[in-house]
Amino acid sequence: MSEVAEKTKAPSEPLFSKKNKKLVTDPLTDNNPITIQVLGICSALAITVQVEQAVVMSASVLFVLLFGNITISLLRNLIPSRIRIIVQLVVVASLVIIVNELLAAFLPDVSEKLSVFVGLIITNCIIMGRFEAFAMGNKVWPSAMDALGNSFGYAWILIVVAFFRELLGSGTIWGVQIFGSALPGEEWGLYTMGYVNNNMMILPPMALIIVGVIIWIQRSRNKALIEEH
Amino acid sequence: MAINKESNGYTFGFAIAMVVVVGAVLALIAMATKPFKDTNDEVKKKMDIVKALLPKDESEKINRKNAEEEFAKYVNLENALVIDLNGKKKEGKEAFDIDIRKENRDKTLSEEDKNYPLFIAEIEGKKAYIIPVVGKGLWGPIWGNVCLDEDMRTIKGATFDHKGETPGLGAEIKQAFFIKGWLGEKVSNEDGEFEKFEVVKDKSGTKDKKIDGITGGTITSKGVEEMVNRCLQPYTKYFQNLNNKI
Repeated sequence: MSEVAEKTKAPSEPLFSKKNKKLVTDPLTDNNPITIQVLGICSALAITVQVEQAVVMSASVLFVLLFGNITISLLRNLIPSRIRIIVQLVVVASLVIIVNELLAAFLPDVSEKLSVFVGLIITNCIIMGRFEAFAMGNKVWPSAMDALGNSFGYAWILIVVAFFRELLGSGTIWGVQIFGSALPGEEWGLYTMGYVNNNMMILPPMALIIVGVIIWIQRSRNKALIEEH
Repeated sequence: MAINKESNGYTFGFAIAMVVVVGAVLALIAMATKPFKDTNDEVKKKMDIVKALLPKDESEKINRKNAEEEFAKYVNLENALVIDLNGKKKEGKEAFDIDIRKENRDKTLSEEDKNYPLFIAEIEGKKAYIIPVVGKGLWGPIWGNVCLDEDMRTIKGATFDHKGETPGLGAEIKQAFFIKGWLGEKVSNEDGEFEKFEVVKDKSGTKDKKIDGITGGTITSKGVEEMVNRCLQPYTKYFQNLNNKI
């Protein structure tokens, strides 16, 4: 949180300049919020048991981060620095409440799925991190790009982790049975041959181990990411 | 005139303005969406009742769009009634208007004052009794409906729902595989006395009244057990009185 805001000074650069594109692509790989900055781990642990939940969570984070970054960027010259963290918190919390109210009124089915994540979005350190490190010091357009990049960087890790956890832990993907059914009396598919779901996968520690494996693959492909000691 | 952004006055002014604006916007949105949310809640309530009533294949087809219609087909709200903790009928109460989740939250309400609504449905010429239940999970409230067959003893269907149980763990109480464990179980013995259920780790080899719990969702599973045991008792008393009178 305390890192100095990165400045991108560009009085009249094109909307999709190299710099702006980098804002989107960097967080996908070499500056990924989860695997490199190790932020937002709490939600990655909690909701990666099912792919569907991971997708809904990613979409919510995308929305809140995008509009939050835009709002903070618009207000950046007005926010008194002594209470900036509080202002950022208020922005996240209000956005989350607005999303939740609108969903409850107009998309009740989605709202039921989302309800559990609302608290998690507010506490997601990626969001506060981007407000503080980027939106406070940059114009609206780069801030929006930064929000997109970070949300997608967050989303793909979440979905990959959820894919393995749901497949190996419950034998399903998006609720669809891949390996057959393990219900007593209704077994079919692999389960009739003695296959059993790995219950370890649905427990939170396995999310960390899968994230760890992704970090390992990423760093072995790009040696520049390995910290020196 | 340049404003000193670091001054106390500006900081306080900004904070006050922010609170007023945010408060107003949120209050407005909450008010504007309230009628929609109320309708949604009502539909959801009907949907859950019908889902508990119908067998699995048909209840899966119930959604927000056809819930009202299906509800009207099976359930006559004029037959619905409200009973008290001792299984006595309470007069002058609308069963559908009673919010048992709100009553459960209300700490000032004693157990005796709580209302227990009972919905009576007719399906394929047979009566069915739908009992709403409410309890506590790990992170927040859990609730559901238990549907009894015309013998007033056998569980014919059930729905469970929750506010914020862990996805993939406690939240699985909603799923068909967990509900399946309850079906066909008897809530009371031959004399109509209530008998407790127990949610266990592995029910294989054990007798009735034992339900398979959810791996990794022990506290929520136990919450369902407590909820069903507590909420069903007034009803078995009511049914017992009813049968004794005949």
